[in-house]
Amino acid sequence: MLTARGVSKHFGGLTAVDEVDFDVYPGEVVALLGDNGAGKSTLIKCISGVYRPEQGQVFFNGVDITHQPPADVRNRGIETIYQDLALAENLDVGANVFLGKEKTRRLMGVIPVTDDNYMRQEASGALDELDIHIPSLRQKLVNLSGGQRQAVAIARAMYWNAQLVIMDEPTAALGVPEQRKVLALIRSLREQDIPVILISHTMHDVMAVADRMVVMRRGRVVANIQRAEATEELIVRHIVGSVENGENAVMI
Amino acid sequence: MAANNPLVRAQRLPFINARSIEVVTKSWSYLFLLGLVVYFSLVGTGFFSVRNFSSILTTSTLIMLMSIGQTYVIITAGIDLSVGWTVGLASVTTARVMRDLAAGGNDIAFAMLMGTMAGLLVALIPGLVNGVLVARIRVPPFIATLGMFGIVRGAAFLLTDGQQVVRGLSAELREALRMIGNGSLLYYIPEDGFHWFALPPDLPPQQLRLVSQLLPYPVIITALVAVVFAFILARTKFGRHTYVIGGSEEAARRSGINVDRHLIIIYIICGFTAGIAGVLHLFRFTAGAPQAGEAALLSSVAAVVIGGTNLFGGEGDIMGAVVGSLIIAVLQTGLVILNIDSIWQFIVVGVVIIIAVLVNQLQAALERLQTNV
Ligand SMILES: Nc1ncnc2c1ncn2[C@@H]1O[C@H](COP(=O)(O)OP(=O)(O)OP(=O)(O)O)[C@@H](O)[C@H]1O
Ligand SMILES: [Mg+2]
Repeated sequence: MLTARGVSKHFGGLTAVDEVDFDVYPGEVVALLGDNGAGKSTLIKCISGVYRPEQGQVFFNGVDITHQPPADVRNRGIETIYQDLALAENLDVGANVFLGKEKTRRLMGVIPVTDDNYMRQEASGALDELDIHIPSLRQKLVNLSGGQRQAVAIARAMYWNAQLVIMDEPTAALGVPEQRKVLALIRSLREQDIPVILISHTMHDVMAVADRMVVMRRGRVVANIQRAEATEELIVRHIVGSVENGENAVMI
Repeated sequence: MAANNPLVRAQRLPFINARSIEVVTKSWSYLFLLGLVVYFSLVGTGFFSVRNFSSILTTSTLIMLMSIGQTYVIITAGIDLSVGWTVGLASVTTARVMRDLAAGGNDIAFAMLMGTMAGLLVALIPGLVNGVLVARIRVPPFIATLGMFGIVRGAAFLLTDGQQVVRGLSAELREALRMIGNGSLLYYIPEDGFHWFALPPDLPPQQLRLVSQLLPYPVIITALVAVVFAFILARTKFGRHTYVIGGSEEAARRSGINVDRHLIIIYIICGFTAGIAGVLHLFRFTAGAPQAGEAALLSSVAAVVIGGTNLFGGEGDIMGAVVGSLIIAVLQTGLVILNIDSIWQFIVVGVVIIIAVLVNQLQAALERLQTNV
C-alpha cells in the first residue's frame, strides 16, 4: 500500500535517513522503533511531504508521492499525528481539527465564510469518539493541557477518514485511560483495514498492538520483525545495536 | 499560598469569570477611547463638536489605513517598516501621473483615475518584494522591510526630481482633487440644514465657518476599506489561515496551507492599504509628498498594538487597529485644543502602548489561571 524505496534525507553533513526501504501493507499496524535520533520522525516526514528526500521514492497505492506537498499527501488519504503535534495553539479545537481544510458556507448565497459552528460541532463529535472531554470548545489550545492537545491532534487525524494513519508518539502526554483508548483506536483502524504506522518508545504498547516491528538505527533500517517472532528483549537488542547480523530478524 | 494570590482570589468571585475578564481586557481600548473623548470634551473648549469629531476622523484615516494592512502582517508575527515610505511613493506617483496626463491635454477625470490606479499599483511593488524576501528567502521581516524602507524612500524622492514635493498640478486639477479629498457626502449648516454632495454656491463666509462635514469622503473610503479587510480577516478562509500562520507557521505548512503564497499576499495587502493612504493624502493636500507617511509609520504600528494585536503573532483584529488609530488621533487633537505642547503627544502615546502590552499580558495570565485552577 505504501512503499518507500531508497529514501535518504540529510541535514547538512548529517544523514538522518539513509537509503531506507519501508513498506506498509493493508490492515497492518507497523511499529517504527529506534533510539532517540534514529531518524523515525524524519522518515515519516519524508512520507507526509514535510521534507523532500534527496534520494529515493515513495509510492502510495501505486502513485508516486515523493515530492508532493503536505496538502496533496493529505488529500490522498495519509493523515499524520506529528510528535510536536503541529497545532495552532492560538485557535480553538474546531479550527484545529479543520486546519488547512476549513469548512465554509456561503454568506447570502455568495461569499464563502468559515463555518465555525459546524467545525466546532464536528470537532466535538470527533473528541467524543475518543472519550476525551474538553471543557469549552471555544477555548484556545494554549489553555488546554498537554494531553488534551494531543487528543486534538489525534482527533484531527481520525476525522478525515484516512486510508493510512501515521502516529509519531501519540500517547506520550496521555494519561493511562487515554493511552488505552488510543490503543483501542489503533486496533479498530486495523479492523477497518486501515494501516497504521506507530512510532513509540513504549515497548508494552508496541507489543500489544503491532503486527510488525521495523527498527531504525542511525538512519538505517536494521530489523524487520513479525509479531510472532518478536520478543521485547530481541527488539531492544536491535534498538541498541547489539544484534550485529540479526539472525532472528527477517529482512525484506 | 494560592489563596493569598489576589488573582486566584479574584477568580473565585462570581462576577469575575473568564468571560468578563475577556470582555474587560478586550474592550479596555474602547473604554479608554471613550474616556479620552469624555475628558477632552469636558475640559477642552471646542472639542465636543461635530466639526471637530469629523476633523479627528479625517486626521485618523492616514494612520488607520496603514494600520489595517499592518494588522495582517503583525498577526503573522511579522512587521512592515517600509509602509511609511510606500505612502509617500504612492502620493508622488499619483501626483506625477495626474499632472502629466492633465498637462498633456487629457480629460481631468481620466487623469485622476489613471493617477489613482498608478499610485495603488506602485504601492504593491514594495509589498511584493517584502513578501518574497520574507516568505521565499526567509529574511526576517524586520530586516527585509527595513531594507525596503530605504529603497522606497529613495525611490519616492527620486520621483520628485530633488524637490520636497511634486508640485505643478493645474489649478483645475487641484480643485477637482479637493472636491474629494476635502469634500463630504453630507454637510450640515446650522440654521440652514443638510446638504448632499456639495455646499450651496455663494455661501456667506460667516456661515461657511460653521459648516460641519458629516461624512467626509476620506472617512467613508477608509471605513469601507476597514470593513472589507475586517471581514476578510474575521470570516474567510484567508483570514483563518492568517491566524494559523501566526500561531504556528510549521503547523500551517504541514496542514497544507501554502504559507509562502499567503505571506506574499499579506505583504502586498499591507502595501495596498498604504497605497490608498498615499493616494488619499494627495487628494487632500494636492501635492505629491514623499514623506507623507513617514511620521505615521510608528503611530500605525502603535495603533495596532494598542488595539490588542499581539506582536508575536496569532492574535488581533482590524477593529482594534481602528480604535487604536482613533485613540492616537483623539490624543493629538485633544492636546492641541488644550494648548499642551504637541511634544507631550509622544509621551502619552508611548505610555498608552505600554499599558496596552501590560493589559494583554494580564489577560493571558488570567486566562491561564482560569483554566488551570
Ligand atoms: N530539522 C532538522 N534539522 C537538522 N537536523 C535534524 C532536523 N530534524 C532532525 N534532525 C536530526 O536528524 C536525526 C534524526 O532525527 P529524528 O527526529 O528523525 O529522530 P527520531 O528517531 O524521531 O528521534 P526521537 O525518538 O527522539 O523522536 C537526529 O540526529 C536529529 O538531530
Ligand atoms: Mg521523533
